[in-house]
Amino acid sequence: MQIDPGKCVACGNCVPVCPMGAIYVDTGIQRATIDGDECVECGTCFRGMSQERLNPTMVRAVRRLARMFRFRFEPEPDVCPTGAFVMDDLEWPRLVRRVFSDPLVEHDSTGIAGRGTEEVKTNDVAHRVGVGEVGYVIEFGRPGTGVRFHQIQAMTTALASSGVTFEPKNPITHLMTDTDAGTLPEELLGEKILSAIVEIKTDLSELGAVLSTVMDVSRRIDTVIAVGVSTRCDDHGEDTFLAPLLEELGYTFERAKTNMGLGRVTNVRKEDAGDQHPASVR
Amino acid sequence: MTNTLHRYGKADAFSDDYVVFAMPSKGKNDVGAIEKLKTFLRICVRHGPSNIGASGQGGYRPSRTLNPRVHWKRDLDPDFENVIEGVSKAGTAGAVFDSRRKAVACLADVIAEDLGLSVNISTSVEGARDVGRECGIERHSVEYSLGFTDAHDRLPRGQLLELATMCGHGMVAFSLAQKMLDMVREGRRTPEQAAATLSRFCPCGVYNPSRAVRLIEEARTHQ
Repeated sequence: MQIDPGKCVACGNCVPVCPMGAIYVDTGIQRATIDGDECVECGTCFRGMSQERLNPTMVRAVRRLARMFRFRFEPEPDVCPTGAFVMDDLEWPRLVRRVFSDPLVEHDSTGIAGRGTEEVKTNDVAHRVGVGEVGYVIEFGRPGTGVRFHQIQAMTTALASSGVTFEPKNPITHLMTDTDAGTLPEELLGEKILSAIVEIKTDLSELGAVLSTVMDVSRRIDTVIAVGVSTRCDDHGEDTFLAPLLEELGYTFERAKTNMGLGRVTNVRKEDAGDQHPASVR
Repeated sequence: MTNTLHRYGKADAFSDDYVVFAMPSKGKNDVGAIEKLKTFLRICVRHGPSNIGASGQGGYRPSRTLNPRVHWKRDLDPDFENVIEGVSKAGTAGAVFDSRRKAVACLADVIAEDLGLSVNISTSVEGARDVGRECGIERHSVEYSLGFTDAHDRLPRGQLLELATMCGHGMVAFSLAQKMLDMVREGRRTPEQAAATLSRFCPCGVYNPSRAVRLIEEARTHQ
C-alpha cells in the first residue's frame, strides 16, 4: 500500500483506521506515511475509508488557515479527503500478505475468501468432522496483532511432531513444504499477515494433549491466538462428548458457531447428468 | 466469509447478537448457489436485520464519491437491496439480528424455503441451540470458541475488544474503536453515528450496529 504524497494533506484520519497501527503522520514532510514492514496489505485504509477527491492544494490551504486560528475542524472520521491511497501490484513473497489479510481476496488453494476455510460450517454436507472426532481451528494474529510466518511455523512444527494431520483444504497446509514436519517456505517466514488459520482433526482422546501443545507454543510466540474446537452432534442435537471434556480440562466457552443441518448435496454428478436429477443426500 | 466465532463477551452479552449465515460447500452444493443466497438474504431482510452482507459488500459501506456536505449530514441507513443485487459469488451470505425473536422467525422461513445450503448461527452456545429448537430442528455440528490466548498482553480492555471483534476479519482497528468512543464521550458524535462508522469497515456486513450502539452507550458513562 502506498500513500500518494502529492495528494495526502496529513489530516491524520487514516492513522487510527489501520488495524496494524502502521500509518503515522511524518511531521518532517507533513504527509501520512506507511511503515512497510508492519503493513499487512489488508486494504482497510484503501477500501474502508470513503473518499471526497477534493483538490489537495485547496484542502491544505483550508487546514493551514484553520490551524492558524486554532479552529478544530470536525470532519467525518472515516474519510480520506483526497483519495490518496494507492494499492500496489504486489509480487511474491509480499503478495502473501494481501492473500492472507484482505478478506475479499480468494485463496487459490481453496477458492474461498477470508481465512479460506469451511471448517464445520458445511459439515452437514462435507462431513469433515464426525461424532467422536474433534476439529481444531487455531487462528493467529487476530484481533489487532498480526502474525509472522515464523510464528505460525513454531506452532505447526510443534503440532506435527505430536503426530497430528493437517486439514488438506486449508491455505496454510497448502503452503507447507513438508506436511509431516509442518514447515513453511523459507522466503515467507519474515512476512507479516493479519491472521491465518491452521486446521487439524484428531480423536477426542487427543484433545487435552493438542490443546496443551497449543497453549505451550502460544506462550512462546509474541502474538494472539484464538482457538475454536468443533464436533458433530448426536441425532438429538446434543454434544455429550466434547463440551464435558472441555469443562473437565478447565476451558470455558461462551460463544459457538452452530451448523443447523439444513445443507444437502445438490450438485449434479457427472454420472447422473443424463438423468438431470440432482444427487440429494441429507 | 464471516468469521464471527470469536466475538468477545460473556454468553449474556450476545442476547442482541445472532448472526445467521448460509454457505454452499465447494463441489457439493455450489451450483446455482448465487440465486439461493439472494433468496436467503431476501428472507433475512423480511425480519429486520441490523446488517446483512455477501460477496464482500455489507449494508453499510464506504463511498468513493462523497460530497463535502457529508461532514454536516451523512446517511446512516444501510442499503440492503444493493447487497442482494450484488451477490456474485457462491460464498457466504449473512445477516445479523438484534433479538432472538427475529432470528427464530428468520430461521423458520429459511427452513420452509429448503434451499439446501448449510445454515449456521453464531451466538451464545445455548442461544443457537434454542433458536433451532424453537424452529423444530436440532444442531448438526458445533464449534466452540475457547477465546483468545494473550500471553504477551497485546490486547486492549474488554470494551474495545467487544467493539472491534464484531468484524471477524479484524478490519475494525482497536484505535478506531477507541476514537469513536472518545468522540461520543466528548459529545462530538452520537452512538448511532459512531456505530455506522465502525460498520462501514466490515466488508462482510456482519458487524452489528445495534449491539455497537448499546456497547458505546454503556462505555460513555462507564470505562
